[in-house]
Formats: sequence, structure tokens, C-alpha cells
Amino acid sequence: MQYTFITLVENKPGVLNRVASLFRRRNFNIESLAVGRTERPDVSRMTIVVGCNDDMDAHKIEANLYKLVNVIDVQDVTKQPSVTRDLALIKVKAGPERRAEVNNLAEIFRARIVDVAPDSLIVEVTGTEEKIEGMMELLRPIGIMEMVRTGQIAMTRGAYEGERHTPGANGNGWHDEDESGLAEY
Amino acid sequence: MKLTGAEILWECLVREGVEVVFGYPGGANMPLYDAMLNYPIHHVLVRHEQGGAHMADGYARASGKVGVAMGTSGPGATNLVTGIATAMMDSSPVVFITGQVAAHLIGGDAFQEVDVTGITLPITKHNYLVTRPDEIAEVVREAFYIARSGRPGPVLIDICKNAQIEKAEFEYPDEVKLPGYKPPVHAPKASLEQAVRLLEKAKRPVILLGHGALISGAEEVIQHFAVKTQTPVAMTLLGLGAFPASHPLSLGMMGMHGEAHTNLAIQNADLLLGFGMRFDDRVTGTLKTYAPNAKKIHVEIDPSEVHKNVKVDVPLVGDLKAVVTDLVPMVDEYEHEEWMQQIAEWKSEGDARSIMSWPEDGKLYVAHMVHDLWEATGGGAIITTDVGQHQMWSAQYYFLEKPNRWITSGGAGTMGFGLPSAIGAWFAHKDQEIWAVAGDGGFQMTAAELSTAVQEGANVKVAIMNNGFLGMVRQWQEFFFEKRYSGVHMKAPDFVKLADAHGVPARRVTKPEEVKEAIEWARKTEGPVVLEFVVVQEDAVYPMVPAGAALDQMLRRPTRQK
Ligand SMILES: Cc1ncc(C[n+]2csc(CCOP(=O)(O)OP(=O)(O)O)c2C)c(N)n1
Repeated sequence: MQYTFITLVENKPGVLNRVASLFRRRNFNIESLAVGRTERPDVSRMTIVVGCNDDMDAHKIEANLYKLVNVIDVQDVTKQPSVTRDLALIKVKAGPERRAEVNNLAEIFRARIVDVAPDSLIVEVTGTEEKIEGMMELLRPIGIMEMVRTGQIAMTRGAYEGERHTPGANGNGWHDEDESGLAEY
Repeated sequence: MKLTGAEILWECLVREGVEVVFGYPGGANMPLYDAMLNYPIHHVLVRHEQGGAHMADGYARASGKVGVAMGTSGPGATNLVTGIATAMMDSSPVVFITGQVAAHLIGGDAFQEVDVTGITLPITKHNYLVTRPDEIAEVVREAFYIARSGRPGPVLIDICKNAQIEKAEFEYPDEVKLPGYKPPVHAPKASLEQAVRLLEKAKRPVILLGHGALISGAEEVIQHFAVKTQTPVAMTLLGLGAFPASHPLSLGMMGMHGEAHTNLAIQNADLLLGFGMRFDDRVTGTLKTYAPNAKKIHVEIDPSEVHKNVKVDVPLVGDLKAVVTDLVPMVDEYEHEEWMQQIAEWKSEGDARSIMSWPEDGKLYVAHMVHDLWEATGGGAIITTDVGQHQMWSAQYYFLEKPNRWITSGGAGTMGFGLPSAIGAWFAHKDQEIWAVAGDGGFQMTAAELSTAVQEGANVKVAIMNNGFLGMVRQWQEFFFEKRYSGVHMKAPDFVKLADAHGVPARRVTKPEEVKEAIEWARKTEGPVVLEFVVVQEDAVYPMVPAGAALDQMLRRPTRQK
């Protein structure tokens, strides 16, 4: 099953490499990974979709991500109400005679035609994975010349938070403020 | 005040309390070496960067402080790699500082350019590439903090040559800003309560004590906890010394070459308390049949170790000392007399098979030598080992009463570790007796450091167990490859002459009755000494759990001699 993690990391050079290297080293299979800026300039956000067998795998991924010094927070939003989006650009082989057909399909999927060339079109579609797959399914017979996808991005709805799999895990503090405290030891 | 990057580095190291660095110079770190002359830090010129890495590691393990090793770019840095991986696997706090080509040359395959941060990414706790002098202070401050806190580990700083030469304003940061790094301390209350409920019900509990006990300084509170709950304590290879070997609750070492009664206790337990250990395959045997009837509590500072190998019932993620300190007042005094009785029975069975019970047969056994060494030193020396049979015999027969005297490469099993780590330990404790026990194979891997020991006047005694074989591999070939010996016979040099060439006093011991006298001679002789013990060639370490077998399926020492 595919699990989706939202991961906040320090916006520093090489962090993407650390995350990718970790997934390779621990033999986790990344389905998609999208990185971008956030509302804070010093923090980047990754949405990572990974194939997991169960919550135990999800725990392993969470715990290993926290081993990276630059990882600030990890949430598993797989089972939480959330909005997930993927964006695809699809170049379709279509001369003037088939433009209308593509246009119709685009409308059904609330996609847009963003480039028109003599014998091709570029369709831009956003949505869930299923929606994009559905759109591609219908475009394939017409002729897909090229396709690119951003990978999923995700955000929990309202006040929902992602799951934490390790007891006491709460961001990289791990424990509620009142329960931790280095000073004593 | 503006300083060069190189000066900034040394200013920082002085502020971190660094007394000694183990290094090797080259093109890309020459500015660091030049600036070093003005600072009160002792530099040890090693003979190979790997030796330097192990020295810094040995220093760190013996002192509890952060060790520092340096190398130049390219081959200097790659020579450090084995030492870095060794420190990583055993959670040893070492800061590695490598020179790198100038920032504008990076990526261009310049002379001696190697992507060191890339190579060491998976074998460091964290690493840095520094391209500007104004980054150095913050990076060094963070590196030392990361190396020694939480689950310790190696941190590498790769400093471009231009950053060593250019100037920047120097100010040492008071604190580190690491929003993503907050090592856990206490475990949540609810989990502690769950653990207590398991303890209340347990009839056959066993504590599995690991390296974490020593790192967190939890020895005392664990003893308190074990006595209060009357729970016997088994130790991992790296946990040895965390609980006194002579204590009635001590079970000694567990695992592949653990004692039989220890492994039997674990397999028959109804509750295991993993304390600062990671259920490594060398201590569990096959996981399919591991302690099948035991509930498991796991106190561990690194959450990625929880449920990694063994699915546990109660994970307590936190600092071992803090967690056990919290647990002590929550538990009652328990009794487990029947359980202790049962373990004692298993133990007496094992004692009869022990090599210590063998009659004298005029041959020299490593186990006997280690036992003699233990007697001669009153169990108080710092022992470092190399990797192989002698390592296991040392673990089995050098009974440790006190912590932080046992330095061995466990997780990585790095041959060549023994001598250099002993030299490193000497810099931490110049007043203490230090012995490196090595095989004839492993000793030769870093034998060049004998020369370093001489140059530094390091008072380390080296015991080479010469069995003419790569003993541990030979043992596996004997047991699992029908004695087809392949690539394990090794013709050693004349170790006494080799030592002599270094100006190191040395003796060869061939008979059991010469052992004690030779040890005494070595102890009385100032500075480095080499003792070569010509030991039985084809002895095997028992008990042995074959790789992939169940923990209680041990090969036992035959009761009769071969
Ligand atoms: C660098 C390295 N290479 C290979 C090995 C595999 N290995 C483990 S034990 C061993 C034999 C060691 O022989 P020796 O040093 O003579 O010690 P003995 O086992 O005879 O006590 C070997 C080759 C290793 N652990 N480390």
C-alpha cells in the first residue's frame, strides 16, 4: 500500500540527497517525492509517497527520517483527511483535426490546454493520482508523445494532523515539552 | 577580530576542550597544519589515516570525550573511511576533519579531489562541506554537539582549502541552532506504566545490557534496578563492563559466543528488557525463534532501532539513565528465586565444559593467556582487541568489574582496530595499564602504528596471539565448510624482530609456564612492548551459535580434548 508522508526539513544544500540516500540505504521504495518551499524561508517541505506493507514500515520510515539531523517533522497523512494533488503536463499528438476532441476531454477533467503547435498540444491537468491516470487513459489512444508529473503534494484538512508512529513522537521534540528536559541529566 | 579559517578551526577545537588530534598532512590541509603550530593541541602523526581514525575512536571510548582525526583530501580522506564506519557502527563520538580542494575547483576532478561528503553520507551521523571561512565556527560547534549527544556517532567536516586560507570574523556561537535535532530524554509516563505492569507479572526476566548503558552513564542506576527487581543481567559484546562480572546477577556475555546459560536464559525468559542495545543478529541468532515466550521492553535512544529487528511490546524511547531512573521508584522489590536457580543449574553445566576446567596439557591456549592477563592486572587494565577468535576469548575471560575499560570493534568487526585504539586510549588515560590483544592477522593490518607508539612513547602492551591462521575464518571453515581451509593460512613475520626494528622490547612465548613471567616483564617495562604468544593453531571459540541458527542451538566445546 502507498503511504504518504509530509516531512519538514531545514532548507539547506544537500538535504534532498540525505533523504534520498536514506531511502535507498534502508531499501524503501519511493513512489514519488516532491520538494518545495514553505511559508518559512528556512524550511522546505517534502511530500514522500512510499510503498509500505503496514504501519510498522511507516514507523521505520518515520524513525529513520528523524535520524537525519536536518529533518524537523514527519507526519504520516495516509489515513488522515487530506488533500493530495499531482500536476501533469501531457504532450498529445494532435493536428487541427483532433484538437476539438482533446479539448472536450480536457474540459471533462477540468484540465487546460497550455500550448498549441501545428501537430501537438500540451495539456495541463492537476488532481489526485486517479484523476490523472484516468485522463491519460483517454489520451493514450490519441497519442501521448511526452508526459511529466510533479509527484504528489499533500496537506491535511482543517486542524487534522498526520499520525506519529513512535510513542511520544511529536515533531523532533519527540516528547511533550513538560516531559522532556536535558538539564536534569 | 578577523582570523583565517584555519585559525578559526583551531580556536574552536581549543574551546571544545580538544587536547590531541590524530592526523596526517597533505596538500589540501596544509593551511590547517601551519596554523596548528600556534595552538596548544598535541598532534599525533599517524602512519596511516585508518590508524588515526581508530586512535581517535579509542580515545573517545576511553575518555567519554569527542575524539578528533584529520586527513587530507582524496586518498587521505578515503583512508579514513574504514575508521569512520567503525565509529558509526559502535556509536563512537569522533569528529573527522578533512581537507578539500578549493571551492571553485569542486566537481572538476581536481588533483586529489574526492566527493568525501558523498562517500561518508551513509557512515556518518552527519557531515558538512565547508566552502567559506565564516561557516567554520558554527559547523564545528554543531559537529561536536551532534557527535557526543543522543546516540553518539562520527561527524565529518570537509573544509575547502580556500576556506582555510581566507579570513572571517571569529565568534564562537554559545548555542547550536538545530531545529531538527532534539535527542529524547524521558519516555512518556504511560509507556513506563506499561513496562511496570509487565515487570510485575514476569517470572523469568532478563536484562539485556548494551553499549548504551556505558554511553549514558547508567551503570549505577541499572545495578540498583537489577537488584531491586532481582533481574539477571546479560551483556552484549560492547556492553561488557557496564555490570560487574562477579555480581551474582551477572550472566556475562550473550549471543553468538555468549555463555550457554546466558543464551538459554534469554531463550527461556518471559520478559526481556533491552537496555541500550539493538538486537543485532550477533546477539539474537535467528529471529524466527528468538525468545519466543518473552514480552519485550526496549529502552533505546534511537527510535529507528525500536522494532527494527525484534518487534517489542513496550518501546521506551529515551536516554537509558533517565528512563531507568524514572522506573526505579515505580517498581517493587521482586523475587525470582526459582529462575535464578534454573540459571545456576545451566551455568554449572557450562562451567564443566569451559576451557578453564581443562587439565594442563602443555599447550598454550589464548583463553588461558587472557585469564593469566586478567589475574596479573587484577582485572583493572584497559583492554583493546582486534577482531577474531582472540577478541571473543578476551570477552569471555577478561572479567570486567568496571565500565569503560573494554574497547573493541563490535558492529563493524574491523580488523586492525586493536593497536591503534590502544594508542588512542593511552592518550585518554596515560596513568592506566593498557593492553592491546590482537591476532597475527589483524595486528599486521595496522602494525605500522607501532612506530607511532614509539614516537609518542605510548605505554601500550601488545599481545599478539599467533596461531598461524586467520583463526576465526578458519574456525568457520572447519565447522561449516568441511575443513576446506581456503585463504586462511598466514605466514607471519618474526614479530620479535619486527618489534626490535621499531626499538620496541619484545618476547616470544611458546609455553604455558612462561606466560605469567612474560606478562610481568611487559608490565614492568616502560613504554610499548610486544609479546608474541605462539598459541594452539586450531582451537575454536565455544560456545558458538552458527549464523542463522536459534540462540539455544549452540555448538559446545567437546568435553574431551582433540
Ligand atoms: C578488515 C577485515 N577484513 C576481514 C575480516 C574478516 N575476518 C574476521 S575475523 C578474521 C580472522 C582474524 O584473524 P587473526 O587476526 O589472526 O585473529 P584470530 O581470529 O586468529 O584470533 C577475518 C579475516 C574482518 N573482520 N575485517
